Amino acid sequence: MTGDDPTEGARSISGSDPISGDPGPGPGTLAVSPLGIGTDEWVAQHETRTTAGNGLGARVTLLWTKLPAAVRWGLPLLVFLLFPVVVSSGYLLRIGVNLGLFALLALGLNVVVGYAGLLDLGFVAFYGCGAYAYALLSSDQLGVHLPTWVSVPAAVLFTGLIGLLVSLPSRRLSGDYLAIVTLFFGQIFTELVLAGDAVSLPGSSDPVDITGGANGISGVSGWSLFGFTFSGNRSYYYLVLFFVVILVLGLSRISRTRMGRAWRAIGEDPLAAAAMTIRVNRLKLLAFVVGAGIAGLSGTIFAAVQVGVYASTFDLPMLILLYAAVILGGSGSLPGTLIGAAIMSLLPEVLRQPNYSELLFFVGLIAGVVWILRPKIAALVIAGTVALGFGINVVLLAVGVPYLSADEWTKGVIGQLLGRWLFVPQERLLWGNVAFVLLIASVAVFSRMRGRAKLWFLPVLLWLAVFVWMVRLSTESSLTRQLVIGSTLVVLMIARPQGLFGRQRVEVL
Amino acid sequence: MEFFGQQLVNGLTLGSVYALIALGYTLIYGVLQLLNFAHGDVYMVGAFIGFFVMIGLGGPAAPIVPVWLMIMAMFLAAMLGSGILGVLIEQFAYRPLRNSPRIAPLISALGVSLFLQNAVLLLFGPRIRDYATTEYIPIGSGFSIGAIRIDPMRILVVVLSVILMLVLVRLVNRTRFGRGMRAVAFDREAAVMMGIDVNRVVVLTFFCASALAGAAGVMVGLVFFNVSNFMGFLAGLKGFTAAVVGGIGSVGGAMVGGLLIGLLEAFATGYLSANLANLISFVALIAVMLVKPRGLLGRSAIVKV
Repeated sequence: MTGDDPTEGARSISGSDPISGDPGPGPGTLAVSPLGIGTDEWVAQHETRTTAGNGLGARVTLLWTKLPAAVRWGLPLLVFLLFPVVVSSGYLLRIGVNLGLFALLALGLNVVVGYAGLLDLGFVAFYGCGAYAYALLSSDQLGVHLPTWVSVPAAVLFTGLIGLLVSLPSRRLSGDYLAIVTLFFGQIFTELVLAGDAVSLPGSSDPVDITGGANGISGVSGWSLFGFTFSGNRSYYYLVLFFVVILVLGLSRISRTRMGRAWRAIGEDPLAAAAMTIRVNRLKLLAFVVGAGIAGLSGTIFAAVQVGVYASTFDLPMLILLYAAVILGGSGSLPGTLIGAAIMSLLPEVLRQPNYSELLFFVGLIAGVVWILRPKIAALVIAGTVALGFGINVVLLAVGVPYLSADEWTKGVIGQLLGRWLFVPQERLLWGNVAFVLLIASVAVFSRMRGRAKLWFLPVLLWLAVFVWMVRLSTESSLTRQLVIGSTLVVLMIARPQGLFGRQRVEVL
Repeated sequence: MEFFGQQLVNGLTLGSVYALIALGYTLIYGVLQLLNFAHGDVYMVGAFIGFFVMIGLGGPAAPIVPVWLMIMAMFLAAMLGSGILGVLIEQFAYRPLRNSPRIAPLISALGVSLFLQNAVLLLFGPRIRDYATTEYIPIGSGFSIGAIRIDPMRILVVVLSVILMLVLVRLVNRTRFGRGMRAVAFDREAAVMMGIDVNRVVVLTFFCASALAGAAGVMVGLVFFNVSNFMGFLAGLKGFTAAVVGGIGSVGGAMVGGLLIGLLEAFATGYLSANLANLISFVALIAVMLVKPRGLLGRSAIVKV
């Protein structure tokens, strides 16, 4: 989807690559496949074979990829440029700013994880570092208000420096161990910030409040460049959009240079990369520092937009969302990362509104069924679910279970449609909890089923899901958000470990 | 001296809980090279199971069975329940990803962790549950060495975790299953060729690891009283620290690491401040990682190409 040659990754680990300058084996020695040496063509085409012409999704994707690159990038850009012109609600603009910040962060994380393959679980702490550094340099906390063109570069440099310090162990640590050290760096950052409201400095007798502890720092002044002071969401929206565009352009350039290819080679196989004379350590550090710097920059904008910084922002949930965005889109792919960021930052917002989340749930459910199953079978399954709902309604009414009338539990269009179909018992919480446990159990059973039994069971599962959603989950939107995100991660990993837009790794055994 | 002794007792108690959690991390890492970030939440679920068994048996104020029987039932139920939960997590979230890139099971584990925390919150509400151990174990009971008072629950925790660890060590070193486990940990492909059923080994490993976490959950409830749905994260992180400090993948290392982190935390809380306790154990971890990247008792990895 990046528009570059799909075989590039495979080629960079094989011999004939510009990074090493090694000409590779001559034409006489081996029959070189068009994909490069050591790559089984059949394996490499696995993904194209499995996705080609299968259902509605593949056809839409094919249509989109046939458009010229200028249209594919220009169209979304135009939409985002016009967004603030069309929309005037401050809330929506704020969501736009958050989306942009999230995209920036995801792009930064994509350099570290997607390109260089370094598992950085402390990434959010760099975001926090940038935000806190900027906040300290431009608020009443320390009484300094440096001009933006000093404070922002200073914050970014500081974050980059911290990134360098944290990444130094990565020369010795690989894989999981790097993940561990960075995870704990993230925790240390949070603890330090929380404990930083009473620091005893050698010069003074009283402890000094530096980071504001759990209360954070408030009253952070905004960006101000060339006499223009950024204020309000609209101006920050364009600022963030500007940085996203710059970053996308820059990264798509870099990924085609020697350095970008070397990064990806390291991500694929550090040992092989080292054998190809790539300076693995230096490039690892560089990827880390670049990622940290981008996170630091986003942090400064975040602190300015938010007019304050709080330690709780830079904690694990944020990290999970970010990783989800990068993985969802397919790590290493720029459009994938952007789409992943859009999904992961908009999903929680949509789920926050009960009406929208209901709509999203039903659209998602039906779309999922239609997307995966063949049309006839999908229609049968949906018809079966509808029939099951009415059946359960009739049976439970005949038995005389106390129930809530439709007006008592629904509002809106979906509620009207569902009113006669779904049975909502009077003891909502109790039955909702029971059904929730049952749903988990049936998903577990469902995943073990094979063949036709699965299709027969699917309506039951769907009905149960609707029941749980309407009866229990829609009453607790914040929990639902987390539950949906958690289970989406698991399901996504199982269904498509390489992400929506990622390329499947070609393993050569 | 008295204060020191009291902190020592606290540290040992805390340390044995961390050691049990760390053993779970280490076992799973040893067999699957998987960082099971959902482990802390399995521990939390164990604490909840223990709590509800206690309520089911009449509650802390008026248990319908003798106290020792009640405590035993709590431990057994929590271990069994957590064990089954662990096996389910493995089957559902990790098994399909066994041959995926390393990052996939990690993300899946984070997803499971998020899901478990919020599922428990949804089912049982945000209220912090109180084990109220003092209702049936009088505060003055136990015995004293000099001025240091040791209450019976702490003794129970330390003794029980030592017993569990001994059982585990025997299981790993002396039984057929343990031999299979070590073989899979050493080289999974070779183990398959030798006719070892890897899936069975993995399932049993997850069961053991999660059962230990469940026991740790009940222990924390008995000694420190409060359980909540968010307790898993920090405890999981501490257990993980312990496992890494000791050398992840090494059973002995997990015990040493657990005790070390527990003692460190107790003394940091006692002599410095409670705020800094977490910070100190995390800094200790990074220091150990920098000096001995494989942990205190870990084997250095020889990578064959």
